[in-house]
Amino acid sequence: MKSTKNPKNQKKRWYDYLWMVELTYMALGFFNILFAWLGMLFFCIPLIISLVKGTKGYCNRYCGRGQLFGLLGGRFGLSRKKDIPRWMKSRGFRYGFLLFFFVMFFQMLWNTYLVFAGARTLRQAVTLLWTFKLPWHWAYHGTLFSPGVAQFAFGFYSVMLTSTVLGLITMVLFKPRSWCVCCPMGTMTQLICKAKSPKGDIVTEEP
Amino acid sequence: MEPKTRTRRKAFADTDLCVACGCCARVCPMNAIQIRNGIYARVDRTRCVGCGKCARECPASVIEIREAQA
Ligand code: SF4
Ligand code: SF4
Ligand code: SF4
Repeated sequence: MKSTKNPKNQKKRWYDYLWMVELTYMALGFFNILFAWLGMLFFCIPLIISLVKGTKGYCNRYCGRGQLFGLLGGRFGLSRKKDIPRWMKSRGFRYGFLLFFFVMFFQMLWNTYLVFAGARTLRQAVTLLWTFKLPWHWAYHGTLFSPGVAQFAFGFYSVMLTSTVLGLITMVLFKPRSWCVCCPMGTMTQLICKAKSPKGDIVTEEP
Repeated sequence: MEPKTRTRRKAFADTDLCVACGCCARVCPMNAIQIRNGIYARVDRTRCVGCGKCARECPASVIEIREAQA
């Protein structure tokens, strides 16, 4: 499959290996939850690129998560390579899913705030799919700061793990990178780009 | 022998449903796809050879390979 590519697109660039960063991130969080804070990078970089440059440059080039799915589903064949159902790529679903993620994210921030404020004690657990509490105490070795710092790490890692698991499920069921269709970060950056683009949503198809 | 018309088959992306992920541009051997303003994929059909790689890759399955009107 590779051999038909022309040299221009075949050459691997440094950013083609960012899937390793994603793997490392998930692994680090397994040993010390405080590393979850590094995930802020995966959060801020796409937003900054879309806000400043008005492109989805992060998705198009640097997203390690997307690359990982592409690799596992493509090279390793862990994907049925079937079309994603129509409703999953509809705007209603994509925007609704983004909104749902937002709500869940703010709930996580609220829980963090409660721990900061001392109204709640630290919960050393990672919540998968917003429901299942996984024990994760081995990754907590105390913090120099408020327990709220650790609570945020647990919460943030939960978000990351949940989207990875959902991504893996969609990868197996549909195409390798099906997650990119409804990924909240991808939807959000596309919305920012739409808002920034002078022509807005208007698309002109050239002959 | 492959019929000549094969080279006239080109990729068409449904710009309305495109999520601008860029997966198509990544695999195109002719570098014929550009992601416009982070909104949609545009195929440069003067470069496209209709190989269909992009269509297979597209996670939203919004690329169609069909006969281009000359
Ligand atoms: S849509 Fe999400 S998973 Fe896909 S490349 Fe963009 S940020 Fe990464
Ligand atoms: S059909 Fe082939 S040459 Fe044409 S845009 Fe898709 S990948 Fe590129
Ligand atoms: S792979 Fe599909 S959804 Fe992604 S940019 Fe290309 S045409 Fe759009």
